[in-house]
Amino acid sequence: MALKTEPFVLNIGPVHPSTHGVFRMRATLDGEVIIDMEPVFGYLHRGIEKLAEERTYTGVIPLTDRLDYLASMSNNLAYVLAVEKLAGIPVPERAEYLRVILAELQRIASHLIAVGAFLNDCGAFFTPFLYMFREREKIVDLFEMVSGQRLLYNYMRIGGFTQDIPDEFLPALDKFVRQMPGFIDEYDRLLAENEILLARAKGVGILPKELAINICASGPVLRGSGVNWDIRKVDPYSIYDRFEFDIPTGSAGDCYDRYRVRVQEMRQSLRIIEQAMKQLPSGAVRSEVPHLIHPPTGEAYAHIEAPKGELGFYLVSDNSIAPYRCHIRAPSLMNLTALREMMLGWKIQDAIIIFGSIDITMGEVDR
Amino acid sequence: MEVDITPRHIYSDTELDRTEGEAIEALKRSTQQPIPDPDRWLDEELRRNILLTSLDTILNWARRSSLWPAICFPACCAFELIAANASRFDLSRFGMEILRASPRQADLMITAGTLTWKMAPQVKRIYEQMAEPKWVIAMGACGISGGIFRSSYNVVPGYNRIIPVDVYVPGCPPRPEALIHGIRMLHHKISKRSITEG
Amino acid sequence: MTLALSGQEVVAKLEQQFPGSVIESSENNLLVKSESIFDVAEYLKSSPELDFDYLNYIAAVDYYDYFELVYQFTSMKHNHSLVLKTRCYDRENPAVPSVVRLWRGADFQEREIYDLMGISFEGHPNLKRIVLWQGFEGHPLRKDYL
Repeated sequence: MALKTEPFVLNIGPVHPSTHGVFRMRATLDGEVIIDMEPVFGYLHRGIEKLAEERTYTGVIPLTDRLDYLASMSNNLAYVLAVEKLAGIPVPERAEYLRVILAELQRIASHLIAVGAFLNDCGAFFTPFLYMFREREKIVDLFEMVSGQRLLYNYMRIGGFTQDIPDEFLPALDKFVRQMPGFIDEYDRLLAENEILLARAKGVGILPKELAINICASGPVLRGSGVNWDIRKVDPYSIYDRFEFDIPTGSAGDCYDRYRVRVQEMRQSLRIIEQAMKQLPSGAVRSEVPHLIHPPTGEAYAHIEAPKGELGFYLVSDNSIAPYRCHIRAPSLMNLTALREMMLGWKIQDAIIIFGSIDITMGEVDR
Repeated sequence: MEVDITPRHIYSDTELDRTEGEAIEALKRSTQQPIPDPDRWLDEELRRNILLTSLDTILNWARRSSLWPAICFPACCAFELIAANASRFDLSRFGMEILRASPRQADLMITAGTLTWKMAPQVKRIYEQMAEPKWVIAMGACGISGGIFRSSYNVVPGYNRIIPVDVYVPGCPPRPEALIHGIRMLHHKISKRSITEG
Repeated sequence: MTLALSGQEVVAKLEQQFPGSVIESSENNLLVKSESIFDVAEYLKSSPELDFDYLNYIAAVDYYDYFELVYQFTSMKHNHSLVLKTRCYDRENPAVPSVVRLWRGADFQEREIYDLMGISFEGHPNLKRIVLWQGFEGHPLRKDYL
């Protein structure tokens, strides 16, 4: 006798231990299989784009910290590059190298949380998460040495930095870079061929290559689907063309591939940091910039490869001390577009994993 | 390639959106003043003759020793809360390592993030689902007064507009040590309660 | 490096295909009429030597007399990019054709522009508010929002 089921609507979120932030899904279920899904967000919409119009160019930097709050240095870097492009402000060499070192350290920290939270969703309740947090505390100590803050640094400025790094930073960074590959090997030994992870994540939530390009995804989501597109290679900003590193790509576009891409990107970031530390010159860390910046009338767009994807700032200026319009191209918002297609036909527990593998931060999606 | 994205749901999403929007507007209209803090009785302490009975002492000790936080993780402060739970600043030495997903099993709400008007009815609902006795710690500048986003059109200026708050922990985000200090302050506050005033 | 194409390079081909649609072409961008956005975008996506298959972003700016929509496209194969702009002079009910059938990534962005600026996109199958709630009055990102 066939079982007759009726579809019903289940509301997942906005407060749920596995939704990375306040994200809500109105899922229509038939039994346990998802047949339809509608994403609802906006629960963290703080109006950053509107607030940016009433602050000076330097005063917007703390607001940009709070976009993707797990990768503050990258957000600062993207905004500062956009203002420097708009106003034509040069940056000294030492500041460029320091920016690269801090951005790559931030990438490692953000990927540690991404991988930890993904494994948390898979059911390894908190063990890998706490292991990753142990490493993240080391990185956060380095950032605290430099900027005084643990999470939202507000450290980069237009034209460089206001204060140089302290003397104990480079030896501590050296020690970290020596130890970290050992820790990544430890995670790989426990997780890469783990039966449960393979059963839960391989073949789940496939994002085909054409769809990934069509939804304008970026970052590990795009590279996990097999597209070799990394802004550090195709459109190098700052001094990334002086370093040698590889771009890991996946092949199938499933959750396991996105997880592998993130782990391998951590290794490549360590490579870049080692090269930058060797080449670090001495000198000033900030070029001569007036206190209140008046860029000429015009517009500029600058994008970087943030840990989540392509983060860009589109700035319009009308020769006053505040931006006329500041539009933020958020990678997490674009990566979310195909969430419905990725989830159809899977069960609820797979839906949580698929959502976790895209790795979004709601501060960015809602702005 | 063209993929059809016309939504075809079995429910009417415009109806749902409309009712939720009305709830948000109603909450916004009805919360024009902040809710006063629930510790008026602390001022009267000197006037009253407090003799805590041994029953009070035991109850207060039991209540404060393992407060279970409810999950309410809007924004950035959440990661300092998670870092406080992790192995370096260990919250489980206070009995708090369980982050209860269900608010019915929780007795402490640590509000870790900015509150927006769209989220406000949901937070109020979670607060109302918690069983008495319950406490609220407003964490971070956004929780106390709206923080750096105060002048925005969608941000509630502080959690005490919609729920009564017991302890305020400043910082943006507050360090895990600051949060632990706030939790200890809450422990002291709980130890002064008496069962006669509920 | 991604080559930023200047408007003049593309304008000759566009004038041939869609005469009268280009208003102005400058070194950085290309300004077209708002009614022809969809046709121009389709041509830019499908023509083999331009082949713009990636939409970076759609932004809307409120200059007091008009709204300006800015699109940036990138081609992954040729590694060049182009900025396309269009203007909308109606303040009460601005409307522009939607490009969501060509690039899915425009879906949430167009909904957000509708929510915050009030510009509606014709042809978008699901145009409703996304970050604010239904029943919110006004469009906050406009310059005359209090």
